[in-house]
Amino acid sequence: MTTSTTPPQSFSRSDIDPYSLDNLLDRSRVQREVRETAPIVYLNEYGVYATGRYDTIREVFADWPHYQVGAGVGLANFHTEKPWRPPATPTETDPPEHDAPRRVLTEVLGMRALRRLREQWTEEAEEVVDRLLAAGEDIDAMADLASAFPLKVFPDAVGLPAENRNNLLAYGDLVFNAFGPQNEHFHSGAARLTELSQWVTTLCQRESLSPDGFGAKIWEASDRGELTADQAPLVVRSLLSAGIDTTVHGIAAILHAFATNPDEWQRLRSEPQLARRAFDEAVRWASPLQFVFHTTSKRVELEGVELDQHSKVMLLIGAGNRDPRRWDDGDEFTLTRDPSGHLGFGMGLHQCVGQHVARLEAEALLTVLIDKVSHIELAGTPQRGVNNTLQTWKTLPIRLTT
Amino acid sequence: MRTTLGGGAETMSPNGFGQAAALRVEAREQVAENIISLTLADPSGNRLPPWTPGSHIDLILPNGMARQYSLCGNRWDTYHYRIAVLREPNGRGGSEWIHANVDEGDILGYGGPRNHFPMVPAEQYVFIAGGIGITPLISMIEQAVRTGRSWRLLFGGRSRQSMAFLEELERYTEHVHIAPQDEVGLLDLDDWIPGLDPGTKVYCCGPTGLLDVVESACRKCPPYTLHTERFEAPAHESSQDRSFILKLQRSGIELEVEPGTSTLDALSGAGIGIISSCRQGTCGTCEVPVVDGIPDHRDSVLDEVDRQAGDCMIACVSRAHTPQLTLDL
Ligand code: FES
Repeated sequence: MTTSTTPPQSFSRSDIDPYSLDNLLDRSRVQREVRETAPIVYLNEYGVYATGRYDTIREVFADWPHYQVGAGVGLANFHTEKPWRPPATPTETDPPEHDAPRRVLTEVLGMRALRRLREQWTEEAEEVVDRLLAAGEDIDAMADLASAFPLKVFPDAVGLPAENRNNLLAYGDLVFNAFGPQNEHFHSGAARLTELSQWVTTLCQRESLSPDGFGAKIWEASDRGELTADQAPLVVRSLLSAGIDTTVHGIAAILHAFATNPDEWQRLRSEPQLARRAFDEAVRWASPLQFVFHTTSKRVELEGVELDQHSKVMLLIGAGNRDPRRWDDGDEFTLTRDPSGHLGFGMGLHQCVGQHVARLEAEALLTVLIDKVSHIELAGTPQRGVNNTLQTWKTLPIRLTT
Repeated sequence: MRTTLGGGAETMSPNGFGQAAALRVEAREQVAENIISLTLADPSGNRLPPWTPGSHIDLILPNGMARQYSLCGNRWDTYHYRIAVLREPNGRGGSEWIHANVDEGDILGYGGPRNHFPMVPAEQYVFIAGGIGITPLISMIEQAVRTGRSWRLLFGGRSRQSMAFLEELERYTEHVHIAPQDEVGLLDLDDWIPGLDPGTKVYCCGPTGLLDVVESACRKCPPYTLHTERFEAPAHESSQDRSFILKLQRSGIELEVEPGTSTLDALSGAGIGIISSCRQGTCGTCEVPVVDGIPDHRDSVLDEVDRQAGDCMIACVSRAHTPQLTLDL
């Protein structure tokens, strides 16, 4: 995709602000503006390049030597700015430093570990759903289901203590806000920054983790010398920052999708084997992770535009996941579609290492819901949450009919 | 001669991204007596799956033999793999076949890359290579240089002429000790293993005799100091891209997977949609449960225990050793 069709530097510019309140509450305007203006658009407000085209985003993901993550996957450029916390590993490290943490995580979250969890998580889902159904039909799917279920099973699997798990959501919210500009949305959470970071740092220590979870496995890997002792807590931390909010909002997205597409719910009930496809389609459709940044390692040409060394490139995952050049009726949520190749988990070297965990959580929950719930519908007007990076719901009132 | 394997060797996924089941030989070079290096690329010019030092690929030869070769090229070049092949007249025939037959332009089936010999973080590295055992170490050296770790290499072989990559190693003379047997005799480990600084990792690859000696020399080192790689013959020899029957237990469907079609595409052709993502066997999205038959694993995802268990496979790249494969779908 490095063919030169336009002379260098004749790139398009836009004044749109992806982080204004309006545009965070409704992403469609930014998605369309950036994607349809040109393959590469320069955002005047922030001095970064942006792309919302499926193919271009994939190219950036695939070309990991030229588009790096070590300078931060948010707006801040670590070549010129000091990160607010030690960069995440493996998320914000490039090869070769990326190799060991990535390998350990891949192993810890591997097929065998997950197969062991499948049955257990389905039982847990059953408990959560039964409890909800016993309490009445109308629920806030955000708090009662989308947060409640992952906040139970995932921290258990990591081996975290049972107390204060809601703090994990607050922490994640803060981390993903910090990938954007230091605006009011960032500052509103930042008051708790020191407290929550310290709390999470403590959680990542060996002593805080039960001996059989993912966290302990990461520490064991460091005992075997597969990670350094400095890396181990950072790798555990990556589970806590990347493994909670994204899944919570992914599950909220699929509940919202079914509540607003009742036919698709009936279809899933008659073809339960579509559960996995349904979740990936929801991740494509809603893109819980809306933006991610890569940074050029050297001068490079992308879509006919010369990017200087250390330029930030903003990838609009949400826009690419609905790019009409790739998807027919991309704005529709439908189980007819094969959502394979969506960008919601990234792609290539840095593709989400926890994606199978997220799928398993969603699958367990859907399997139980398919069994017990005949209709899902909205029971009020859902309210969007505001986060610089994530697409979230604050409240999602739905009615579950048995 | 032109070897074609895997039918068209290339299938296009529904979204138009190429999916290679094969590699094209871009260059064949004599790099030492009896050693050639092959530079390999995707036949349609796509990027290849990323790899890390210590990784190998399985080359699948037209006669059904599968052979493992360490990657020894530049991992930052995302379009090419490089391997080195020693001609072993007393081997099982794979390397002989490659030396005799493989030429630029040929297409070979492959699986992987996978890494059973990963480089772990360390303060410093001691590399010990015997003969062709230099291949996985050469990219580890590059990595040690890149990360600014101190390192030393002890490289033994029969004679200088039989030792590959000497030229590449020339720029590191102060780190490298070349010890051809016809000049200095057998490798002397006394200056290398005893008294290692703490935080040192030893990486050794070469003939079994050398590995045994190094292993016993390292017996007194702290645990996990020594990392070795022994190439073992894959459990299943015949890995050709022949067609096989896929039986889907739950839906009662039976279908044939032709050479050149991936299991994944055959499934989706039959209306069984499996979610996929990378289509290169690297992400694990397209895993399917296997209930009967022996999968021919060609992915980079499953570990050895999963592969042996044989109860799942990665549908975008893997095939079957048995004429039939039954899936729990
Ligand atoms: S699609 Fe990624 S491993 Fe098959």
